[in-house]
Amino acid sequence: MFGGEKVVGIVSAQRAQFETPLHFKSGAVLPRYELVYETYGTLNADQSNAILICHALSGHHHVAGHYADDAKNIGWWDNMVGAGKPIDTNKFFVIGLNNLGGCHGSTGPSSINPETGKPYGSHFPVITVEDWVNAQARLADLLGIQQFAAIIGGSLGGMQALQWSLAYPERVRHVLAIASAPRLTAQNIAFNDVARNAILTDPDFHAGDYYTHGVVPTRGLRLARMLGHITYLSDDAMAHKFGRELRAAEFNYSFDVEFEVESYLRYQGDKFAAYFDANTYLLMTKALDYFDPAQAFAGNMNQAFAAAKADYLVISFTTDWRFSPERSREIVRPLLHNRRNVSYAEITSAHGHDSFLMPDPHYFSVVQAYLNNVYRECAA
Amino acid sequence: MTTHEQLAAARPDFAAIAAWIPHGASVLDLGCGDGSLLGYLKSERDVCGYGVEISDAGIVACVQNGVNVIQNDLDSGLKDFESHSFDFVILSQTLQATRHTEPLIQEILRVGREGIVSFPNFGYWKNRLDVLLGNMPISKELPYQWYDTPNVHLCTFHDFEQLCAQLRVQILDRRVMSGRDEVQLLPNLLGSMAVYRFRLAPKSA
Repeated sequence: MFGGEKVVGIVSAQRAQFETPLHFKSGAVLPRYELVYETYGTLNADQSNAILICHALSGHHHVAGHYADDAKNIGWWDNMVGAGKPIDTNKFFVIGLNNLGGCHGSTGPSSINPETGKPYGSHFPVITVEDWVNAQARLADLLGIQQFAAIIGGSLGGMQALQWSLAYPERVRHVLAIASAPRLTAQNIAFNDVARNAILTDPDFHAGDYYTHGVVPTRGLRLARMLGHITYLSDDAMAHKFGRELRAAEFNYSFDVEFEVESYLRYQGDKFAAYFDANTYLLMTKALDYFDPAQAFAGNMNQAFAAAKADYLVISFTTDWRFSPERSREIVRPLLHNRRNVSYAEITSAHGHDSFLMPDPHYFSVVQAYLNNVYRECAA
Repeated sequence: MTTHEQLAAARPDFAAIAAWIPHGASVLDLGCGDGSLLGYLKSERDVCGYGVEISDAGIVACVQNGVNVIQNDLDSGLKDFESHSFDFVILSQTLQATRHTEPLIQEILRVGREGIVSFPNFGYWKNRLDVLLGNMPISKELPYQWYDTPNVHLCTFHDFEQLCAQLRVQILDRRVMSGRDEVQLLPNLLGSMAVYRFRLAPKSA
C-alpha cells in the first residue's frame, strides 16, 4: 500500500475472550464473553496514539477497509477512517469493536449461552452505556492501552465516548462526541419505545426466545427500522430524494407501494431485518434511553461532568432533529461550567442525523484539524 | 519579530486589551475569528479562554490554532454561558456588526464581571470628511462598501458612551487609538478606534 492512498485496505476481524465476570449496572452478571474487534494503523512505542471508535445503534467493529474475501464489505465509517483521512490511520492506531449485546460477533442475545447450550435470547442482561464502556476498558487492557489519545463516537457512540471520560477520566485525553446527547429527551425515548413495541408485539418474537422456535420477528424489526430511518433523515432530504414521486404513472387507489418513499423505506426495512437481531435492537435502544450521567447527581449535569479530565470536540448538524444541535449544546454547557477545554461546531448539512456518516468537507476539516493537534501531543 | 509581536502591531487593540487582563483570568471572546486574540492572551496572560464564532472558517481556524471555540450566533444571545462565569467578556471589532447590540451589551455584563469592547469610531475626522464630501467612508477600520458591509450599527465614541449611561454601564477605562498611537486630544475627532473596559454600575451609584 502506498502512503498517499486513502484507504485502509484489507482488514480482518479479531476476537478477544474474557473469562472475568462482568457486572452489569442492572445487577446482572455475565461470567464470560467475547468481543470482536478490528484495528487499523500501528500502535506507537509508548502506546499514546490509540483511538477507540464507539459505534451507534446498528454499527459494529468493521469501521474501515474491506475483507480479503469480500471486497464489497466496506467499513461503515470508511470515508472518515483511513490513511490520510480525518481519523488518519497513518498517525493513529484505531480500534473498532462490536459492543456486547451486538449481533456482529461479540457475545449477544443470539450467541450460545454455554450454561444452557441455547441462545441467550431473553436471558441476555439488559445492558447500559456504562456496561459497554467497562467492557471496552477490558479490551483496552488486553491491547496494552492505558490511555486513549481520543475516543470518538456518533449518536449512541458519542454517549460511550462521554461515559469513558466520566468513568475513566485518566484513560482518555480527548473525546469527540458527534451528533450525540448527554441524555435523551422524552420525544427521543418515545421513538425508541414505538420501535421496541413493533418488535415486542410481533407474534414471532416469543418473548425474545424466537431462536429456539426457528422464527425471526422480521415484521417488527422491519417496522422499527422504517420508523428509525424516518427520524435519521431530514424533511428536506426526504423531499429532495423522493418528493411525491410515484412508482407508477398514476394513483391506483390501493394500499400497495405507490410512492417512492414507501418503496425506499420498505427496502431499507427488509434489508435491515435480514441481518440484524431484534433482541440487539431492543438492547441498543434501551441503552440509549437509560443513559443519563446526571441521574446519580439529582439531575445536575454540571456535577456529573465534574469528574471529567479530557478535552472535548462536540459536533452537531443543523438538520438533525433526532439528536438536534440543542442536545449537543447540553453537552457543551456542563463542560464550560467545569472549565474543560471544549470546542463546538454546528455543521450545516441537509442529511439529518445521518449527516455524521456523510462525507462533508467542512465537517471533515474540523475533525482533521482537531486530530492533527491530538497527534502533535502524541508525537511530543 | 515574533508572531505575537506581529499580531500586536497589526491589531493595536490587542495590546491594550492584554494590559487590562490579569494573569490567569477567565476570558470569553465574542466574535473571536481565527482565535488570534485568545492565542495572544493565552501566551501573554495565561488566560483560561473560550471564543464564540459564527463562521465555519473561523471554527476550523480556531480548532487548528488550539483555541477553544463555540459556534454560535451572537445575535441569539449567550444562552450557553452561565451568569457571572467569566472575569472578562471581550467583543473586539465586532460591536458594529451585531444586530441586537443593546441586549448583547447586557448579556456581556450578565456573563462577565467586566466587559471589554473595541470598535471603529464613525466620528473619526477622516470619516466625517468622507461623508462631508458625499461618500460613505472606506478605510482600514471600515474596509467595506456601503452595500456589502456587515457593519449595521456604526457609532461614534459619544454615541457608545451615551448608550452605556442609559444602560447603567460604568466605563472603567478607555484607550483611544489612531493607528498604533494613543490619542489624548479630541478623541471623538482624532481617534479612529477605541477600546473600552466597563462593568455594571454599582447599585448605590
